[in-house]
Formats: sequence, structure tokens, C-alpha cells
Amino acid sequence: MNPIANRHKGDREVMQTSAKRLTKMTLLAAAVLLAALPAAAREVPDVVEIAPLAQYYEPVVFDHSMHIEVAEDCSSCHHQTTGTPMLDENCGRCHHAPRTSGAAACAACHAIEPFSAETLRAKEMDNRLYHRDKPGLKAAYHQNCLGCHAEMGGPTGCQDCHGRTEAGDALFNAGAYAPNPAAAAGHH
Amino acid sequence: MKGISRRRFLAASLAGGAATTLTLSKQAIGAGAFEGYPDGMGVLVDLTRCVGCRSCEAACNKEQNLPAPAAPFDDPSVFDQTGHGGQKRRTDENAYTVVNRYEPEGQEPVYRKFQCNHCNEPACLTSCFVNAYTKTREGAVIYNSKVCVGCRNCMIACPFQVPAYSYSSAFDPVIKKCIFCYDTRLKYGKPPACVESCPQEVMTFGYRKELIKIAQDRIKARPGKYVDHIYGENEVGGTGWMYLAGASFDQLGFDTDLGKEPIISNVKDFLGTVPMVLAIWPALFTGFHLLAKKKDHAGADHSSHNAQEDAEQ
Repeated sequence: MNPIANRHKGDREVMQTSAKRLTKMTLLAAAVLLAALPAAAREVPDVVEIAPLAQYYEPVVFDHSMHIEVAEDCSSCHHQTTGTPMLDENCGRCHHAPRTSGAAACAACHAIEPFSAETLRAKEMDNRLYHRDKPGLKAAYHQNCLGCHAEMGGPTGCQDCHGRTEAGDALFNAGAYAPNPAAAAGHH
Repeated sequence: MKGISRRRFLAASLAGGAATTLTLSKQAIGAGAFEGYPDGMGVLVDLTRCVGCRSCEAACNKEQNLPAPAAPFDDPSVFDQTGHGGQKRRTDENAYTVVNRYEPEGQEPVYRKFQCNHCNEPACLTSCFVNAYTKTREGAVIYNSKVCVGCRNCMIACPFQVPAYSYSSAFDPVIKKCIFCYDTRLKYGKPPACVESCPQEVMTFGYRKELIKIAQDRIKARPGKYVDHIYGENEVGGTGWMYLAGASFDQLGFDTDLGKEPIISNVKDFLGTVPMVLAIWPALFTGFHLLAKKKDHAGADHSSHNAQEDAEQ
């Protein structure tokens, strides 16, 4: 994917997992446009459609403003990149001062393919102590969202946040693709 | 002249036998020191992250073209299924990976994924007399079902009870197990399907040696969260798949009595003596026999022997 283009996209995460070339070009153009806007013009969005990984599940329509109300502060999700200090003490050891980088989107730092051969080789070459174990984009979302939901009593079912697509039903052998109950009973 | 040649023959066979034994036993000892290929890949499974969604099972089923499951993959009732003797679900010919639920005392339920652990020195491989198994450079333990004769030694040898048998196939039953998605992914540098499917990144794919560092870092960074042990770092000589957990491993269905030695070490001492017995004993005892004979009937023996050898020439 293209993390550089993503970095300037502000709050919108609209990359596709297996982006076709055309989509990529359109996104690149959008990213350039967004980057050209002055920082003040980039407003905090009320709703964010999280679509980069949608395949077996629909994109998540994320109620950003509601989460702003319930979250401790921006750092709960955005680390220190939106100007509030880091909450994780392990990160705070190095990241003393908040840094408004404009990279508010998770996809700016968390790779869609965290285990590609290139990523792994780069990690092996990098001897720095931290960031070696940075989760990929899918894990960054789920660990953060689901972790908090479990703590705060939010919804934790897969389809509470994103409906399953037909491809997802096929993968899970569920819905229209569910195994024949009679055959299943006979199996036992 | 003839006496000397016999002595020479005996000495040579003894020396040869000894040399063979030494070489073989050295090889056998060397095998125990194998710690996996330098660039071998592995997976670090962090059980504190698993939420039991079974996406990995679904992804494995699709990737390996396995038959449809008896119940949908999002059906949580499978966690309550028990088989013989109340044991939880196991991998079989139709499922190379299964997720089970454990309830350690005073803690939230823990979900644990099972699959082949891809040992550095696999017991299945060493037990297979037709050499069906291969430990690839990438770290996968794969097998050639074309040469498998169905003896099921590997099922007995495996300390994790992983290889399954296709009992349902009447004419061509073979061993079936997780192959680290070797054919379709690993050999092209891609992570296995289960790893890619996991929403929580329970599984971290990478160079095995890097994963050990990552695991140590996680334990160090969150001391209260993890038990200070990386299961598989040293167990049975080290496994490609390793585990971190927040509860003691014996409460999560892990065998914590396996020890650090590869399974082959249990029989290596015995196997080391086999070449010695085969190579040295015949020569040695033939020597004793001939010497004893020579002493008893020195003259007669010499003459008859000479006559025999002359006849042969």
C-alpha cells in the first residue's frame, strides 16, 4: 500500500485492501488535495468510514463524535499524534512531548500488510528497541476497539460493529452458506 | 605371508568398524544441536489477545480446501464440545487448526489455537521410515503424502498429537496436518492464512529468532500481563510456533513436562550403538573365533587354509 500518501490524509481512512490501480490513483489525488489544505481546515470528523480492510466484513461506520465523548482523551486512540500526551508509559519514555503530526489516521503508521517479506526484512535490519512489535492496521483497530469495548461494556460481537459480507458468510460457512443441519447431525 | 594377511584383514575391519561407528555417532550427536535454520520463520501466538472468533479456522479451511465444517465457523457451541475422556477438540483430517476455550482459575476464559508447532527437530520427521517429512529452510514441517505408507508412527511420535489420519478414506488414507501454508504462501514469503485472517494479531509472523526477542520484550514491557515463559522457545528442542500466555501453561492445555530435548534424543543413545553392534561385533567376534581356532589347531588350520586360498586363486 502507500503509507506516504496515507500520512497526509488526515482523518479519512479510505484505502482498499487489495486496491486496484485506478482506486489507488484516485486516492493519491485525494490525498494530495487534502495535504494541500491548511491544517486549520482539517476538521475533526463526526463520522469516519473505516474501509481499508473491508473484505469479509462491511466497512465500519465509526461515530467519531460519540467516541470523543466517551474516550478519556484523544490519546486513547491516537497516541500522541493529535496533540495530547501519550497514555502508555512505555511509549512515554521516549515520546515526552505530544507531537501534532497530522497523521491522525491509523493507517498512516500501522501497515495493512504487517508481515510482508519487505516489512519483515526491514524490521530485521532495524535494531532500535521499540516499534519492532508494532501491530498491523487490522490489529491496531481490533486491539484498541475491542479492548476498550470489553472494559467499558461496549459491543464485542464481530457483527455488532461491521456486518458480514457475502464473501464473509462463505468464509465462515454461515448464513446462506451454513452447512445442512441434517448432514451435520448425521456426522455426529 | 598368509598369517599376516589375515591379521591385516582383521585389523583393517576393526579399524573400519570403529571409524564407521565414530562417524555415525558424531552425526547423531550433531543432529541434537540443530536449532533450526537461521532464516527459519515462526509464529508467536499471544494467547492474551485471542477472543475466540475462529476466523483462523475459517481461513485455514478455505486456504487448504478442506471440506465444509459440521457447524458454521462462527458457532461458539464448539467450545463446549468434548471427545473421548472429556478432552477438547483436536486437529483432524478436516481441520488443521482448532481453537479451544480454557477456564483457568480465577481468570477470564482463555482461547487457544492448536495447529502443528513446526518443531526445529520434528519427532514426526525422525520417526518416519519412508522419509515423507521435510523440515524446509523456511521453517515448515511438510510431508509428501505420495510416499506415506500410513504406518502412523508420526502420530505416536508427535509430542503435541498433531498429525491426523484420513480414516475416512478407504483406499488412500494418509497423514494430514498443518503445513504452515507452505505450498501456497510460506514459500513465497507470505504469512499463513490463519495469521492473516486474525483480527487481533494473536499471531505474529516473522523470523523465529526475531520473534523470541519480541516475546521477551512483551514480557518485559508488561510484567503483570504475562507468565514469564515463552512456550516453544526450548520445548522439545524449540518449535517454530511459540506461545505467550497470561495464565500458567498447564491450565491452558499445554504439556509442560516435555523438557528441552528433542524427542529423538530419547532414542539417540540407543540408535548410536546400533552401528557399533552391526559394524564392530561381527568383525570382533570373527576375530576371536579365528584366534581361538588358530591356538587350538595351529598346524592343521594353516595347511587347510592355505589349500583353500590356493584353490581360490
